[in-house]
Amino acid sequence: MLYREAGQFKTTYAADQAIFPIAQDKWVVIAFAAIAFIAVPFLVNDYWTNAVFLPLLIYGLAALGLNILVGYCGQISLGTGGFMAVGAFASYKLMTSFPELNIVFVVLLSGGITALVGVMFGLPSLRIKGFYLAVATLAAQFFLIWLFNKVGWFYNYSATGQISAPDRAIFGLTVTGPTALPWVKYLFCLGFLAFFALVAKNVVRGRIGRNWMAIRDMDIAAELIGVRPLQTKLSAFAFSSFYVGMAGSLLFAVYLGAVEVTEAFSINVSFLVLFMVIIGGLGSILGSFLGATFLVLMPIMLKNAMVDGMGLLPVFAKHVEIMLMGLLIIFFLIVEPHGLARLWQITKEKLRLWPFPY
Amino acid sequence: MNAHVQPQPVPGSGIARGDVLLQVDNVSLSFGGVKAITNISFDIRKGEIRAIIGPNGAGKTSMLNVINGFYHPQEGTITWRGEKRRKMKPYEAASQGIARTFQNVALFRGMTTLDNIMTGRGLKMKKSFFWQCLHWGPALTEEIEHRRRVEEIIDFLEIQAIRKTPVGRLPYGLQKRVELARALAMEPDLLLLDEPMAGMNLEEKEDMSRFILDVNQQFGTTIALIEHDMGVVMDLSDRVVVLDYGRKIADGPPEEVQANQDVIDAYLGVPHG
Ligand SMILES: Nc1ncnc2c1ncn2[C@@H]1O[C@H](COP(=O)(O)OP(=O)(O)OP(=O)(O)O)[C@@H](O)[C@H]1O
Ligand SMILES: [Mg+2]
Repeated sequence: MLYREAGQFKTTYAADQAIFPIAQDKWVVIAFAAIAFIAVPFLVNDYWTNAVFLPLLIYGLAALGLNILVGYCGQISLGTGGFMAVGAFASYKLMTSFPELNIVFVVLLSGGITALVGVMFGLPSLRIKGFYLAVATLAAQFFLIWLFNKVGWFYNYSATGQISAPDRAIFGLTVTGPTALPWVKYLFCLGFLAFFALVAKNVVRGRIGRNWMAIRDMDIAAELIGVRPLQTKLSAFAFSSFYVGMAGSLLFAVYLGAVEVTEAFSINVSFLVLFMVIIGGLGSILGSFLGATFLVLMPIMLKNAMVDGMGLLPVFAKHVEIMLMGLLIIFFLIVEPHGLARLWQITKEKLRLWPFPY
Repeated sequence: MNAHVQPQPVPGSGIARGDVLLQVDNVSLSFGGVKAITNISFDIRKGEIRAIIGPNGAGKTSMLNVINGFYHPQEGTITWRGEKRRKMKPYEAASQGIARTFQNVALFRGMTTLDNIMTGRGLKMKKSFFWQCLHWGPALTEEIEHRRRVEEIIDFLEIQAIRKTPVGRLPYGLQKRVELARALAMEPDLLLLDEPMAGMNLEEKEDMSRFILDVNQQFGTTIALIEHDMGVVMDLSDRVVVLDYGRKIADGPPEEVQANQDVIDAYLGVPHG
């Protein structure tokens, strides 16, 4: 009976509406945050930062953004890769045009620019739904990648078409470029993720979040109780793209340092982030992280087990990874659309009853 | 039209009890070749329970859809609070004080009872996106203030126990009640109820009837009610309008309508189901 709400009576609506109404949840999150912010920075080295933590944090942010759109507002998008590219190229242009601009603002502004682009491509969502919207966002993906590949202005007419991030520092600590230390990069991305996860959680439990979910669950009824469909959908596109844009910015500036648009932001990235959302749990903030963690760690663990452990060929491990991913997607879509987050919730409900399961 | 002497509507919001709140004039609506509504006129007065009855396919639901701006009639006008209404979107009708429930439950299935009802408060919540991001200060105060109103409705409809249950898991009767709660949360001037008791057992029907009467009497909410159960209609309504094949065939107090030969022929006398 470790996990119980017994004895925790809410005497005010404020307490009942607190972010983690159950005390144990609150302490777990606080402990987790303390470890992530205080302990991990001392432990990370180059390998852990680059192979595990940065992708996890950055894809976590992207998955969170996509989950707002797909999981909360019910609008499908296959353009995540393209929108991340917008964030990356916005950062590049901002960094090269305004060298004085602080890197924090670069990331935020890149998110803002991506939000505008997201709204533009979200406009058709008033008229088209489901499959057709998916195709429209897919078109956005291809259009954006084509644009960044073709128009030299975006990559400052560099011969290779690549963009690379100049050095930028915050509080005297270099965050971007080859000299940046692993723990600085880690903390920088973690700061963004933690702050904006909190913002997302706040928004989804207020009026705007409820309007998104109302549109998702029954758009006609939502309209009849006063939810404006276009405004609500576009706000979801904007909010979601803001997050995805920041993720693209961090992926380029902090994690990869240099990118080639067709490689780093291809349609595969769109699918990867969508799979994170599906496996993690549609309509769950926690699920976005669980999904990102799972899909970042799975290939590493498979490779460790199969290539290093059993001496199999890396190609084979890659194939197993792809098959496993496919199976998991099918499993979660059919059996548990609310993903890992829901499985976690069920476990908690069981724990609450334990040891008397009736 | 009907034989009643109607008091002149007062423009603007100062409409007294018994004055015309909504007036429908010569409305016709068709879908391609199908005429759903043909030249219907009637009014709804402030404070009354107005029943709309008629056999299946008579055009009752279509009439409600016209009233709350979901369908746009090809002909005729609607006067709301003494002002002729232009063609409007459903969310505009909602913001002018028209709420409704649906024949087939139309709840937000992925959300809890509480969140469903809180969504009904959306039009009354004004705090900006910035404060929403913080969920603190003015936004939190607003959220709690509206939560308090919602809890009053929850108490009123006796659904405290299912507050945190996702509505998809609730039995049908309770879903109908949550839907009523969500509409009430809008504090509407006119509440449109499309068969609120369909598919309920006797006890549930009695509860629902009591709730509808209480809403009407305690909050003074004007109600337009579609219902097939004639007992309920006779008990609840002040005036009844009868539709058949998209036309109005009778309009008046329940006893008068019940005695009307056209109505008996069209509807009451004919067993259906
Ligand atoms: N969206 C639509 N498209 C085409 N025809 C429609 C539409 N909505 C309603 N109709 C038609 O209009 C007529 C009236 O339908 P309506 O739903 O208003 O009847 P009703 O009186 O509510 O019936 P019931 O008691 O079965 O609910 C029916 O013939 C129906 O087929
Ligand atoms: Mg109907």
